[in-house]
Order: sequence, then C-alpha cells, then structure tokens
Amino acid sequence: MDRQATIATLAATCTRLRRDILEMITHAGSGHPGGSLSAVDLIETLYSKHLRQGAQRANDPTRDRFVLSKGHGVPALYAVLAHHGYFSRDLLPTLRKLGSPLQGHPVVGTVPGIEACTGSLGQGLSVAVGMALGARLDGNGARVWCMMGDGEIQEGQVWEAMMSASKYRLDNLVAIVDSNKAQIDGLVKDVMPLESIEEKARSFGWLTTRIDGHHYGHILDAYEWAEKAEGAPKLIVADTIKGKGVSFMESELVKWHGVATNKEQLEKALAELDPEVLGS
Amino acid sequence: MSEQKPKASRQAFGEALAELGAKHTDLVVLDADLAKSTKSELFAKKFPERFFEMGIAEQNMVGVAAGLGLAGKNAFCCSFACFVAGRFETIKISVAYSGGNVKIVGTHAGVGIGPDGYSQMGLEDLALMRTLPTMEVYQPADELETRQIVEYLATHRGAGYLRLTRQDLTPVHGPAYKFVPGKLDVLAEGKDVAILATGGPTFHAVDARKKLAAVGIDAAVINVPSIKPFDRDGIATWATKVPLFVSVEDHNVLGGMGGAVAEVLAEVAGARARLHRHGIPDVFGESGEPEDLYRKFKLDADGIVAVVREQLGR
Repeated sequence: MDRQATIATLAATCTRLRRDILEMITHAGSGHPGGSLSAVDLIETLYSKHLRQGAQRANDPTRDRFVLSKGHGVPALYAVLAHHGYFSRDLLPTLRKLGSPLQGHPVVGTVPGIEACTGSLGQGLSVAVGMALGARLDGNGARVWCMMGDGEIQEGQVWEAMMSASKYRLDNLVAIVDSNKAQIDGLVKDVMPLESIEEKARSFGWLTTRIDGHHYGHILDAYEWAEKAEGAPKLIVADTIKGKGVSFMESELVKWHGVATNKEQLEKALAELDPEVLGS
Repeated sequence: MSEQKPKASRQAFGEALAELGAKHTDLVVLDADLAKSTKSELFAKKFPERFFEMGIAEQNMVGVAAGLGLAGKNAFCCSFACFVAGRFETIKISVAYSGGNVKIVGTHAGVGIGPDGYSQMGLEDLALMRTLPTMEVYQPADELETRQIVEYLATHRGAGYLRLTRQDLTPVHGPAYKFVPGKLDVLAEGKDVAILATGGPTFHAVDARKKLAAVGIDAAVINVPSIKPFDRDGIATWATKVPLFVSVEDHNVLGGMGGAVAEVLAEVAGARARLHRHGIPDVFGESGEPEDLYRKFKLDADGIVAVVREQLGR
C-alpha cells in the first residue's frame, strides 16, 4: 500500500474507532472520552503499521509490546484491539459493566492484547523499562512502546523510569506522550506546568521528537524514526487535542476528561464523525 | 537443633539466590543502592548480566521488576522492608494486579535493624502485603528455612513477599526440616500455651519455652513462616488443644501475623484458645542496639516468658 493509501485508510479507520469509543462510553454511562479521542490516531497507527504482534500472536514471547500507561484512555485501545481481531466487537458494549472483561482501566488477562494493569498513573513506563530489559536479555529484538498522558508525567516515578531507561541505553523502548494539554482539575500548564517535555527528556538522556499527534504522516515518520534511532530510548511528544473530532469536546478540553456523553450528545458527535468523509 | 551457626536471614537469602541463579536462568535481581546490605550483591557478582542496580528509586525498581516478570522473568526486587513495601501502590497495581512474576524482598525488617531507628524499620509491611490478592507472604526463622523459602520462590510463578532480618538468627530447625507453604511449623508440643512466633523472635521463643518449663509451664512453640497463605486449619486445631495463644512478632501488632491469627480465631467454632497479640504495640520504633530493643519490647526470651506468665497468671 502506498503512503497516501495508508493515510487514507488510517483516517477512515480512526473515524470509525472514534464512533466505537463514544458509543462504548455512552453505553457505559461513564469513562474518559477526551483522552481516548486524543490518543486513538497514535494507537491505531502503531497497531496497524508498526507493532510487531497481532491477534494470532498476542502471547508470543517475542512480540512487541504496548503498555497504555494512561489507563483511562483504554476505550481507544479496546476499540483498536477489537478492530484488529484480538476479541469480538460484540464485547465493546459491555465496557465497565459488571462481569465484563472490558474493565474501566486495563487489566492483564481479561482480553488478549492488554500487557499491564495501569490506571494508577505514572507506573507504565517503569513496567515498559522492565519489558525492554527482558527482551534484551532474551535477545529477541522485541520493542516496547509505552503511551503516557502529559498530565501523567507529573508523577515522579516517570522520571525515575526515564533515568533507568537511559542508564541501560534501552533503544528498544519508545515512549509516546499524548500531550492533550488538559487534566481533571484544569489545563496542564495551570495544574503543574511541564514544558518543555522534550528538553527535560533530553537532559535525562533520551532522544526526542515532537509531532502533530493527529497527522498520520507525522505519526508514521516518528514511529519509523523511533524504530531506527539507536543508542538511547526514544520519546515522541505528540501534540493532540482532547476530544479530537468532536467539536463540542474540542472547545471544552477540561470538561470532557472524565464525563460520558449522553445519547443526545452521542448523536451530535456521530453526525460529525462520518467515515465516508476522510480526515487529514 | 542443627550444627549451623547463627546467621542473618538476609545473608542466607543472598547465598541461596546466588546458588539458585545457575539452575534458574530466568532469575533476575534488582536492588536500590542497598545490594551490600540486602546481600543481593552475592547474586550480582556471579550473574552481573542478570542483576540490575536501579539506584535510590524504589518505586521504579518495583515497576521495572513487574515488567521483567511480565516479560517472562522471575524478578527478585530487594531493599529494606520499609522502603520496598513502602512503594505499596506500585506493588499493588504493577505487580499484584498485573499478576507479575515478582518477589519483593524486604530485609532489615522490624526493630531488629537497631541503631538506624524508626525511619528504617519495616513495622507495617506484613499488614500491607497480606491485603493484596495473589501476594504470598513469607518470613523465615533461620538459615535453613530461608534457603528453602528462597528455593520455593525461585520456582513459584506469581507475586511474593519475603521478609528478612538484619540480625543473626539462631537455628531452630534440624537438617531434616522441610518447609511447606501455608503450613504451621510446630517446633515443640505443649499444653498450657502455644507461642506462635515468626521471623526474628522465633529462636527467643524456643529459649523462652525452656525457661517456662523451669517454672512448670508447658509451652508449645509454633513457627509461622507462611503468613499468606495462612494455615487456618492448623490454627483451628491448635485452638482446641490449648487455652492460650501468644503471638510473637517484630512487627506492629496491628495487621501482622497476630492479626492473621485473630481473624481466624474469631471465625473458629468451639475454639478454646484466647489470643494475646504480642509485638510492637502500635508505637514507633527507636534507635538502639537490636538486643536492647528486643529487651525493651519484650521480644527476647525473658520478655516472652514475662508476657506468657502474665497472660497465664502464673
């Protein structure tokens, strides 16, 4: 598939995934739409083009692994995993329901493709460091990808993990910051300012790049860079928009962190998410 | 009684781990700038490629151990009990909830660490660790038991907590001893009282039994190496055989081994035994020599004798 076709496919797929995410959360009556919609382009591009695993090898010890450290964004991951056949799409409406494998935050062993329990923020990168060390010990060439939120990296453990990844020169580790600029209590810059994330990471010994996290060409380029760059762990800071694709969410970033859409809002959102109309 | 000399369980742990490393190639060990103290350095020297020095950053160490466990390794993650168990939230989510194959090793447990004082004393780690589903919790009483528990943990798939001492422990087991997870270890039978001891004070409880015999009190001494899984049936059985249990531990009396005994006793029908929980009585520790602290908190033989006599009124 040539690049233009790849991008067109990603755009159409992600629009459908956005619909899945909002339907799931609306049905659940709770969840985190903003951070799921900001992350979905990054996650789908990873699974469709770069992550060396799949539904048939979800337990292969030599697989690449993806750790969603910002666990509240898991509706995006569930939508992507279902799309790629890790489990039946019929499960999606059970999100957050009693007895469902689709827990409100990721839980290992519930459905194939979930690699770590996360949701207590700031822990995923440490786990990813351990997985990357394990892959190196086994010499299997596997890569570990870890997505964090920008608010999440206020947790000190993230910077401990960055130190350790740098010490062990884990060039099989890629961290992605879904920088959607908002957290529960307000904008990240007001709650606890972080910029420049790349400068901080570079001072910790990481290689970094910054991209538009909704531009599929940028994402593909960044992932290709991350796979090739050697000698140090890699960080991709992706500028994203909380609630991307839904105008009433994009205009109220903070509000839509952890509030579920109701049926009326869902209809309004779905009207804007037409899979026949391709995005960027 | 074996011919072995007193040895700290941390030392026995380090030696056992270094020996097991050759046979168990999935073993990896992490430490947080305390490898010389926890004795994980013995493994590090033999298997440097499988040892990870993580610096003074325990929560990351715990998380990295979880990742190694999820990647198929059996990760031993070592520090003082207070520091490593203190990273509870990371242990809870990244290790226990994730089903990670991680063994949290907390050395220098209890007031037995001595002069460093309360900030370095793990006195609540048992209470924390035993509330985590899937987490197994063990505390050996001497070198032989330590070696057997470490060997068990080197093959066990899942999460575990191992609580060890800084101070030397006098052996309480003969060479034929066989550790069984989830079982009480009866060191001596008796009918007047059962002293249930775990970890550092256990050999003192053995000495206390002799001193109690001299004043006509027939005490059973039961070592409790397995805090979780816990031998509910064993406790229930003994509760029909003696009128009094005295639990003895170098840990806060709240939530530790004595707490586990209390939970079982409250649920046992027809139990005859009343329980007295003896340990650190919900106060902070302090600086001092380990033997002085054991004397102060009545965890030495004379102290245990005094507590038992007081409880029996004899």
